[in-house]
Amino acid sequence: MALTSLRPCGDYRTSYKADQTIFQTRLTLVFVILAIAALCCTPLFASRYVLSLMIQIGYLGIAALGLNILVGFSGQISIGHAVFFGFGGFASAFLADKGVPVPLAIVLAGLWTTVVGLIFGLPAARVKGLYLAIATLAAQFILQDFFVRAEWFTGGTHGAIAAPFTLFGYDLSGDARYFYVVLFFVVVGYIGATNLMRSRDGRALIAVRDHYLSAEMMGVNLTKYRTMAFGISSFYAGIGGALYAHYVGFMSVEGLDILFSIQFLGMIIIGGLGSIMGSLMGTVFMVLLPEATGWLASALSGSVIDQVLHLKDGITYMREMLIGLTIILFLIFEPDGLAHRWRLIKAYWKLYPFSY
Amino acid sequence: MQSQLLLQLIINGLIIGTLYGVVGMCFVLIYKASQVVNFAQGEFLLIGAWTCWWLLTAWNIPFFWGFLIAVCFMMVFGIAVQMIVLRPLIGEPIISVIMVTIGLSIFFQALMKWMFGTFAQPFPPIFPVAQVNILGLQVQTAYLMSTGVSLAIMAGFAWFFKYSRLGLAMRATAFSQQVAQSLGISVRQVFALSWGISAAVSAVAGVVVGIVNGVSSALSYFGIKVFPAVILGGLDSVFGAVVGGLIVGLLENLGQYVDSQYLKWGNLYEIIPFYALIIILMIKPYGLFGTRDIERV
Repeated sequence: MALTSLRPCGDYRTSYKADQTIFQTRLTLVFVILAIAALCCTPLFASRYVLSLMIQIGYLGIAALGLNILVGFSGQISIGHAVFFGFGGFASAFLADKGVPVPLAIVLAGLWTTVVGLIFGLPAARVKGLYLAIATLAAQFILQDFFVRAEWFTGGTHGAIAAPFTLFGYDLSGDARYFYVVLFFVVVGYIGATNLMRSRDGRALIAVRDHYLSAEMMGVNLTKYRTMAFGISSFYAGIGGALYAHYVGFMSVEGLDILFSIQFLGMIIIGGLGSIMGSLMGTVFMVLLPEATGWLASALSGSVIDQVLHLKDGITYMREMLIGLTIILFLIFEPDGLAHRWRLIKAYWKLYPFSY
Repeated sequence: MQSQLLLQLIINGLIIGTLYGVVGMCFVLIYKASQVVNFAQGEFLLIGAWTCWWLLTAWNIPFFWGFLIAVCFMMVFGIAVQMIVLRPLIGEPIISVIMVTIGLSIFFQALMKWMFGTFAQPFPPIFPVAQVNILGLQVQTAYLMSTGVSLAIMAGFAWFFKYSRLGLAMRATAFSQQVAQSLGISVRQVFALSWGISAAVSAVAGVVVGIVNGVSSALSYFGIKVFPAVILGGLDSVFGAVVGGLIVGLLENLGQYVDSQYLKWGNLYEIIPFYALIIILMIKPYGLFGTRDIERV
């Protein structure tokens, strides 16, 4: 989990400022700007299917980033991330229904989810490790039950209608236009998280994760930072959920189950615990995995394997199994996730032809 | 009428509570021996019950032999899971270990759904008489058997850990792995064995629940219900798991009574153990009988 930065040997930075830049070299900054510019052009030529996948990656990626701040950076486990994602969606739909403009409703929903997350994060101030995991498991079931019951808020079992996204009178709902909305939130969210991690607060979170006793002796307030990590994580989850609600136009309690929470955990494990870009890579992997299963099943339809296993009927189960299997395999063989692999590739090219 | 309903619910609570106690014991066994929080405990019940059901229906094996084969299979299965999946992760952070058991849990749950479908399947009838009359209350024979089996398992556990050589070796390992190793106990074997026993005993519980309610993926819910029970009793106390299981079983049914008579909320039965769980974690995180060495933050 530890971040081993694979810069070439010889660290010539002489000031704290140089050590704390968001972009380590000018080239990184250029690449990030180019990548964002390329993404901005995507709706011009990408098909609706690709766009919908990218939007999905966007809102799930924001929520996964939140979970990574909690799990990867501050070392606490949450098995209830899906309900915070759902809470954000319901809160935003509720606020928009009450007449709040949708962009504002999304941000307010994030803040509202933060408050709920802080309430459930309170045990984090007292217990740690697996006890916390079990507490969040309880939160998962309690909030899921709450969603079904609180009809004034969520519409009960029928679900809630979320208003389409409009900004100053412009309708930004369809796939191509909503893509920019999601992209904006993703960029702001990820730069925000990178910025957080180079500040005192971010470093304090990592210190709490790595050795909480030393951290406390150095003047880091453990209770504050543990609870704060819960708050930040819920904020990102809430924003992600709100974006989802306004994209689909409808929010229901269906699908906010524990499997969805585990999927979030899978994303950050596959991407790399404690890596910001890893959260996005893991999300891409997790979104494309079921799609790839679908492609594979349709490619194999009619063959012998299909006739033996009845792939078409078992496709949903096969997807769940693959999620479980990838989590297990990554934990055993690549515990640092895709981000680590990516760093190795980068280091390889940077140091070529001398592998050291 | 109401007092009779209450009595019936209390009996139900005790019966289901002993089962929670048994599953809780299996959970604690793994936790004590190998410090792994097993989120896949419910899947052990599920796989055991489906195996037994499959042997009985597809091969028409008599219940006794089918049951025995299923339990032996689960023993091997538990050992295999420990050796293949958990052993490479020894020494990894707790997050990885928890996540790998969660991964196992969803993998096997989906696999079982794929192989046997999502509908509950009843066991073929095993007892000649379906219901027995005890003190004016109609009690299902299966329930009686379930309580009997649970009590037998508990007695077996008590004997195993107090008198048998292996049980003592396991307790020694739980106490201190280094000391145990220096006394000539193979810690690896103890780890594997604890998983094997836990899976086998869980399978017994799974078959019992399957006989009463039919076999379906709902069985794996036991693995989640076991958390309130073991936290209540104390995570490292076998006795505490039994007490915790009984309390959770009673709590559920009393919650249902209060719900049906007064509150009319509808699903307090399912959710009340989790409220209890949060409260316990806030005020007494080491449980009723657990060791008080949890580091407070």
